[in-house]
Amino acid sequence: MAKRIDVSGLSAFYGAHKAIDDISMTVEPRSVTAFIGPSGCGKSTFLRTLNRMHEVTPGGRVEGKVLLDDENLYGPGVDPVSVRRTVGMVFQRPNPFPTMSIYENVAAGLRLNGTRVRKSELDAVVEKSLQGANLWKEVKDRLDKPGAGLSGGQQQRLCIARAIAVEPQVLLMDEPCSALDPISTLAIEDLIGELKERFTIVIVTHNMQQAARVSDRTAFFNLAGVGQPGRLVEIDETARIFSNPSVQATEDYISGRFG
Amino acid sequence: MSGVTMDRTPVAGSGAPQPSYSLRQPRLPRWTPAALAAAAVAAGTGIGLGAGLSSHMQWGLIAALLYVAAMYVLATRVEGRRQAKDRLATSLVWVCFVLAVVPLVSLVWETISRGVKVLDVDFLTHSMGGVLTIRPGGGVYHAIIGTLEQVGIATAIAAPLGLLTAIYLVEYGRGRLAKAVTFFVDVMTGIPSIVAGLFILSFWIIMLDNGYSGFAGSMALAILMVPVVVRSTEEMLKLVPNELREASLALGVPKWRTILKVVLPTAIGGIATGVMLAVARIAGETAPIVLLVFGSQVINNNPFDGAQSSLPYYIYEQWAAGNEASYDRAWAAALVLIAFVMILNLVARGIARWKAPQSSR
Ligand SMILES: Nc1ncnc2c1ncn2[C@@H]1O[C@H](COP(=O)(O)OP(=O)(O)OP(=O)(O)O)[C@@H](O)[C@H]1O
Ligand SMILES: [Mg+2]
Repeated sequence: MAKRIDVSGLSAFYGAHKAIDDISMTVEPRSVTAFIGPSGCGKSTFLRTLNRMHEVTPGGRVEGKVLLDDENLYGPGVDPVSVRRTVGMVFQRPNPFPTMSIYENVAAGLRLNGTRVRKSELDAVVEKSLQGANLWKEVKDRLDKPGAGLSGGQQQRLCIARAIAVEPQVLLMDEPCSALDPISTLAIEDLIGELKERFTIVIVTHNMQQAARVSDRTAFFNLAGVGQPGRLVEIDETARIFSNPSVQATEDYISGRFG
Repeated sequence: MSGVTMDRTPVAGSGAPQPSYSLRQPRLPRWTPAALAAAAVAAGTGIGLGAGLSSHMQWGLIAALLYVAAMYVLATRVEGRRQAKDRLATSLVWVCFVLAVVPLVSLVWETISRGVKVLDVDFLTHSMGGVLTIRPGGGVYHAIIGTLEQVGIATAIAAPLGLLTAIYLVEYGRGRLAKAVTFFVDVMTGIPSIVAGLFILSFWIIMLDNGYSGFAGSMALAILMVPVVVRSTEEMLKLVPNELREASLALGVPKWRTILKVVLPTAIGGIATGVMLAVARIAGETAPIVLLVFGSQVINNNPFDGAQSSLPYYIYEQWAAGNEASYDRAWAAALVLIAFVMILNLVARGIARWKAPQSSR
């Protein structure tokens, strides 16, 4: 199921503006990798290059290679649509489909793709995904109610359920807890702990404690200067990054002595 | 926590010195605007009668001016300048609203009161075939059929065309081509209906040598309808948050299915409203009908062959006939046309409400 990601020499552009420069790293399968770094250093941009969502932005362009178990996502003939089916994504702001019920939201990935599934199978997928996202107990009696009628934290877990319903191999999460209260955050962190048994997970976060709590490895990104593209400073075992990083800038950032 | 509150309560209640300013300010009683409006109308009527002004419009304008001025003076006196400005703006908005509504209400009133005279089942189910225009009798059935068919065909042409154009512009359009399309849509918006009629006349009837028909009229109506549909659909599609598109794409849904299954359903209420309003707009067009459909006294159910009538054309024709019986028929047909447009509007609102995205309620 879970796949290894190998990035080498990756740069991403918005039109003429280079947002990230020459990033290389390896993300281990069945692990959680956290991205930390100051605002605007290109964490979201980099994350979006990992499932070819970057090119959806007008002017978005990528150079370099992203290998998913030896297959280059940016190789010739690779269909971005199938890449996105393999590499799922949860966004910073919960974005359930407003025209759909809770059930339909979770089933959206299968239904929208026109996959023919029997009702009973779909029911099973929906239940499994909602259970996987820790939301089943709260919504099992109102699956036909609009998804937008849930609380923010529930909506975010609904979006996670929607993302895992299509059984991706990698799950990218861009600050999934930034709009949530501590309890929902904890629920999602627990969930990440469970999900890493099945998926390769990459999570962007501004919360150091969160990175320390949930991740196995942590990557620190930084800007060389104003107007400069973002760079990967270092990536290492989370414990090492937080206790004894090899670069001074990482230590400064983590301990709050920054800028 | 509660301890703190207990501590504070006596302090707050113990008559702490009042600050020099107060949060309370003298306010005019709530009924003031209504009372003042009544007084202004009375004064306007009085002045109008006294000065012997014949036009009721003048009475109304005097009353409106009096109302705005009096409200401002009174509010300045009692409530202070800031509140007075607020009152001034509010009363101006109200006066403008009334000025806008008066013609509309009087138009509907006039049409209903004159139109009901001959409007009955017979009128709706008979044509003018074999009826002398100077005689009472006859009906609009042939014109209703004509309008329904012509407008229906025009919609069948223009709605998909406009919808697809708008989808192209919002979802795919980049660069020169999109700019050119937008420009031409803007130009088309400004085409007078008579010009659209002339174009089809020279192209379809004169050059290609087809006869007059409802279909020829439909084509001209479609030309008028397309830009309206494009514009309204474009606005509605732009309102769909980008996050929804990205959410769908990130699930591995191809772009065309994302548009079809996520973007369009989210915007369908607004799109339907836009199409209905466009239909309402072309339902009243007369010029292309005169040029291309020719007009007829008898029922012609086939829009592709031979002259037809239509409601706006019928009104024009009956009014031009210039006698008591035809005037009555013209008003009744006008009433039918207004009712048709209103029903379309109601349907559009119904669809918009029914299809509106179910958000947190
Ligand atoms: N749609 C866009 N068009 C142009 N430039 C963009 C766009 N999105 C981001 N950028 C630029 O790319 C750079 C990186 O942005 P990105 O969103 O990846 O930062 P980030 O690390 O995710 O920041 P944050 O922590 O605030 O989310 C920034 O300089 C930003 O201005
Ligand atoms: Mg970001």
